[in-house]
Amino acid sequence: MDLMNTVLPYLLSGVSVGGQYALIAIGYTMVYGILRLINFAHGDVFMVAGLMMVYLSASMPLYLAAPLMVIFTVLLGFVIERVAYKPLRTAPRMSVMISAIGVSYLLQNLALYITGGLNKNYPAIPWISDQITVFGAPTKRVTLITPFLTVALVIVLVWLINHTKVGMAMRAVSRDFETAQLMGIRINNVISITFVIGSFLAAVGSMLYFSNYPGVVPTSGGMPGLKAFVAAVFGGIGSIPGAVVGAFIIGICENIIKGLDIILKSVGVLREPLELATFSDAFTFVLLIVILVFKPTGLFGEKTTDKV
Amino acid sequence: MIGTQQSRKNSLTSLILVAVMLAAVVVLDQVIKPTDSMSMLLKVLQKGSIYALAAVSMNLLNGFTGLFSLGHAGFMLIGAYTYAIFTIPSEARDVVYQYYDAAIRISFPEVLGNALGPVGTLVGVVLAVIAAGLAAAVIAWLIGLPVLRLKSDYLAIATLGFAEVVRAVFQWGKLGPVTNGSNPLKSFVRINAFQLKLGGTTISLTTFVPVLLATVCIAFIVLLVNSTYGRSFKAIRDDEVAAEAMGINLARHKMLSFCVSSFFAGVAGAGMAMVLGIAQASNFKSAMTYEILLMVVLGGIGSISGSCIGAMLFIAASEWWLRGLDSGVFLGINAPGIFRNGFRLVVFSVIIMIVVLFFRKGIMGDRELPDLLKKRPGKGAAGK
Repeated sequence: MDLMNTVLPYLLSGVSVGGQYALIAIGYTMVYGILRLINFAHGDVFMVAGLMMVYLSASMPLYLAAPLMVIFTVLLGFVIERVAYKPLRTAPRMSVMISAIGVSYLLQNLALYITGGLNKNYPAIPWISDQITVFGAPTKRVTLITPFLTVALVIVLVWLINHTKVGMAMRAVSRDFETAQLMGIRINNVISITFVIGSFLAAVGSMLYFSNYPGVVPTSGGMPGLKAFVAAVFGGIGSIPGAVVGAFIIGICENIIKGLDIILKSVGVLREPLELATFSDAFTFVLLIVILVFKPTGLFGEKTTDKV
Repeated sequence: MIGTQQSRKNSLTSLILVAVMLAAVVVLDQVIKPTDSMSMLLKVLQKGSIYALAAVSMNLLNGFTGLFSLGHAGFMLIGAYTYAIFTIPSEARDVVYQYYDAAIRISFPEVLGNALGPVGTLVGVVLAVIAAGLAAAVIAWLIGLPVLRLKSDYLAIATLGFAEVVRAVFQWGKLGPVTNGSNPLKSFVRINAFQLKLGGTTISLTTFVPVLLATVCIAFIVLLVNSTYGRSFKAIRDDEVAAEAMGINLARHKMLSFCVSSFFAGVAGAGMAMVLGIAQASNFKSAMTYEILLMVVLGGIGSISGSCIGAMLFIAASEWWLRGLDSGVFLGINAPGIFRNGFRLVVFSVIIMIVVLFFRKGIMGDRELPDLLKKRPGKGAAGK
């Protein structure tokens, strides 16, 4: 019971962070599934969504600011695809990846210029930022809502992909780019829709994520972005349920490691703290290297073969 | 036969050009005083040459072998720390490691300097730089065993993740006696320590040392690229399956390229520590890798002279020419409202995006500087 009380807060925040990573990871996995592109700018879109919320909520009530923020984020994702990726459609994959890194660099520098590098306090959203207690562990309500909201959104998304015309087009494009084009699918529209969905989920994710953290800085998109990508790879890139499972695993593991010193001490394994919390970020990447070496297609990924 | 004579003549010309350039750097170092407005030129040369080495070593991997790796900052970090740890003089050691009990208590320049005089100090520094490269290369070999089996974007992400792991390990409190935890390493041998005393006059070699270091290393990479190994690298880049069918050992050549590239990344890290006078893990973020990659792209992927030009332009623009964009006055336009902190980087990243989108080949494409001087073939012969 004592152990449970020590672990529970970390587990709770792990589930919550996992849900937020999942929302970002879906953006990565969908874009990768269709364009075979690691959208390095996706984490920064997420950060920009956070900043937009800060600036919008300063000048208008929250019920206006939040939808406006989502719309602007979606627009940003759409514009990035049209300006930075569409012209390179026939270029080698490396060029597109470099373009994505360039966009990420631009967004970060733009955010740095606008904020002056200062930490911007995220507005407290009523109801979801309220303090509550779960089994004796104090937390914010957002912690509880996140996993449910994530799962709900994913169910809607999976339905969208499996049972609508647009979804069918997406599946076709991700299977074979050129044949899909021959079958009369407007691939540019499909790709734009993918970016719109990805950015929408990133915007929702940013609202949940930053409610839990003190503020937004220009670099706060980088780490969650990378981890979400690792989650997508871990689950098998291109697979949406895989990305969600991967994100929850990574979120939980990361938070358990943050508290591992305290947990191990309470069990009696450790006497001295080992400062293992330093490795909470690094662990994600160790996991990535391990999974890539032993099962390169991830947990739920399709098998691919190289053709000469 | 004519071909070899021609190439011998070319390499002689390049040697002379490099020697002239190095001599010019020494002269500039004496002529420009630290208070001059041109003193920025020296800063750019120092930092730019180190970044040029980093960019060329990345180009060896990304441009010549076709392995898209993003772990450069991690290898530079290893190099910077190795160099710093082995050159901190003993009297400064306890001040630097103020919270820990320093575990490594040997300073190459000091030990050899006591035994052999000034020459020994120099040899000690060179040894420390080589140790920096070797440390990075050994780690690269270890990480390369699993990671090099991955393909394009997976490799990029795995190496990017590796760099983050390295950063976390070096900041770990339990390694404090070696790495000083998250505190910076300081007081080691910097570039301004290099001076030549001839009779009564002192010749400062502050700028010469990093430029020389970069030149020697880049020359080595040029030789490697032009060797049979280099040809194998290019074959792997162009078509792995075909290269393998021609009898090239893929795993061995990829590993060789990865380790050599990391070796020079480690040396560049040591050079960076020398130039900045500080080694701190939190400076070696993935943003640094991205910047180096953008330098490579700016200069042209697959061109060594392009990477050098790209790095110099990048550093000169961000440290010197576009400075005014941050401080209120640029090209005589005074607009403190717009030209405030950070605007320089915004303009800079827009320029880079334009290059990436519209001038995909960069400045040089895959040509080298000597190619530009040669007579261009006629239009009919140009196409392949």
